Amino acid sequence: MTINVRPARTAAEEAIAAALEASIATEAGQGRIAELRRAARDAFLSHGLPSRRVEEWKYTDLRAAIRDVPNRAPAPGTVEDLEAAPFVPAVPNAGRILFVNGVLSRAGSDFAALSEGVTALPLDTAIAAGDPLADRINALSPSRYDGPLALNTGFLGEGVALRVDAGVKAARPVHIAHAFPGSEAVSGFTRTVVVVGEGAEVTLVETFAGRDGVAYQSNHAVELVVGDGAVVNLVRIQEEGDAAFHFGTLMLELGREAKLNLFALAQGSALARYNVYGRFEGTSAHAGIRGATLARGRQHSDTTLVIDHAVAGGESRELFKTVLADDAHGVFQGKIVVRRAAQKTDGRMMSQSLLLSDRAEMDNKPELEIFADDVQCGHGATAGALDRSMLFYLRSRGLPEKEAEMLLIQAFLGEAVEYVENADLRDLLIERISGWLEKRAA
Amino acid sequence: MLEIRNLHARIGENEILKGLDLTIPDGEVHAIMGPNGSGKSTLSYVLSGKPDYEVTDGSVSFDGADLLALDASARAAAGVFLAFQYPIEIPGVANMTFLRAAMNAQRKARGEEEISTPDFLKLVRAKAPDLGISQDMLRRGVNVGFSGGEKKRNEILQMTLLEPKLCILDETDSGLDIDALKVVSHGVNALRSPKRSMLVITHYQRLLDHIVPDVVHVMHKGRIVRSGGPELALELEESGYAAYAQDAA
Repeated sequence: MTINVRPARTAAEEAIAAALEASIATEAGQGRIAELRRAARDAFLSHGLPSRRVEEWKYTDLRAAIRDVPNRAPAPGTVEDLEAAPFVPAVPNAGRILFVNGVLSRAGSDFAALSEGVTALPLDTAIAAGDPLADRINALSPSRYDGPLALNTGFLGEGVALRVDAGVKAARPVHIAHAFPGSEAVSGFTRTVVVVGEGAEVTLVETFAGRDGVAYQSNHAVELVVGDGAVVNLVRIQEEGDAAFHFGTLMLELGREAKLNLFALAQGSALARYNVYGRFEGTSAHAGIRGATLARGRQHSDTTLVIDHAVAGGESRELFKTVLADDAHGVFQGKIVVRRAAQKTDGRMMSQSLLLSDRAEMDNKPELEIFADDVQCGHGATAGALDRSMLFYLRSRGLPEKEAEMLLIQAFLGEAVEYVENADLRDLLIERISGWLEKRAA
Repeated sequence: MLEIRNLHARIGENEILKGLDLTIPDGEVHAIMGPNGSGKSTLSYVLSGKPDYEVTDGSVSFDGADLLALDASARAAAGVFLAFQYPIEIPGVANMTFLRAAMNAQRKARGEEEISTPDFLKLVRAKAPDLGISQDMLRRGVNVGFSGGEKKRNEILQMTLLEPKLCILDETDSGLDIDALKVVSHGVNALRSPKRSMLVITHYQRLLDHIVPDVVHVMHKGRIVRSGGPELALELEESGYAAYAQDAA
């Protein structure tokens, strides 16, 4: 006999359920979008917020962490756009799409001025116009229930749809900036859909930042289709305010000989979870999925990957570096699935962490699920303190302790950052990391 | 320059320096010789401020200041330099970045202006070739993939750029072939000056043929047990350290 007992809903779950009902009743779009929203609501009603009882959420218990859910913000005006400026890092030479408090800012976005061959549409425009991009919404969502993604779909509406035409090498990066400048806590749910045509190349930069001390909730999902032979560089910089909750989801599909080079920097928010679902659909594709997480105080930062090699000849490289100070808690869960057909798959996953305090905690959970017999897969995880002999060597040359520590931390993270091919973006990442380290040392 | 009085130091429960006295006047080169385990390297670490060592008694005065009251980086800025017996490899920190950060940290601590990029590059280009340090070695991570000899030459390059008042050379000759020994000794001798003192720690007389000391000390069981001129080193080469071991027994 199976007894499926779901604990009573928490106050936050009740509030979310009510908000989902209200948004479906008042603002649901037509046809498929309305269906997606209803399905997400139904899934939420039966599963709720994920708790530690669910294996994938063992280290990040949202049922315990989420106490209430703030309302969504109205569309930004000129004042909000101006307030957003300090929370939008300058990305050299990029065309920009701006979200303020979780809502698209049409005035702050360069829809008309992106590179030739790159089209961007507000998500609602794409839906209303019946653009094929709108059909891709939720096409890549995982079969297993994912709480934050269900909410993102349940409140679907804000977002942007991007298309890079086949063969186009986009001249400028596209910067999708998410700013939460408001002094009132809000919830933001945005969706980015990107379809990169055959043989095209594009660089995308996502940034997330907001006001410290405001308990806003920032929830973003990206669906990215990398066409046959296409190349996508994706850099993500998460610097949410120190009281915020951040939920990010990347759903990725790689075509034949497609190439993705992702770097995700996470150093903001009180609690963050970044979920990557990568699927190799075409043979001989390559995914470099790397990142750096820095956390201090009581910050909690979780990166969870599921890389699914469905076809032969795929190559994936995962490298995540984590630096934890004070009472911070880092989580890395990485799962590589190699299906029966995915012969000659080559997957290497590594998680390395540096603990700067005795109280910091890192949880690593690598998993390999291999059904093919001719593959190379490996994973590793390390955790340790700064090397004392290196520290002394630097100090014996005159570097003060904090400066010596910073140099060693930068060197540790540099081994991952160096995979970012665009020099401007590499410099931007190094600058953001240095900023974090200097703030900590101060 | 340096005045050590009754220095006692331990690591964990293990007392290694047991009442060491040593005075090095300005501009003099002193050598310390002694058998393994006599405390030579410990003395170099205690002087440069390695955190694992605890000083339990005695004093060290450096140019009139209390050296033991300073942390390792402040000692470096005050002019103490230790050339490591085993220089540390630091992957990911480019040698050039490291050299510049060290120079500027010391200048900052002394209230001086930072060195400009062109001046720094000029200085390194002027000094590195004499020590056989290639551009590639400057670009690589600190000591990463360097041979034993290259590491020692890199130590002397740092010493040359940082211009310390007191150079402590901890078995700088270990692992060097005769040609490398000459390059390193030449680099060290170029730094001899009436304002700079040196403490050369070695097992072997060989190094002292190239870096000729003013005074030679013999260290045993954590103390200086004998001092003399350069001829003392030759005598030790002949007779070894056995006599001291017997004295102590």
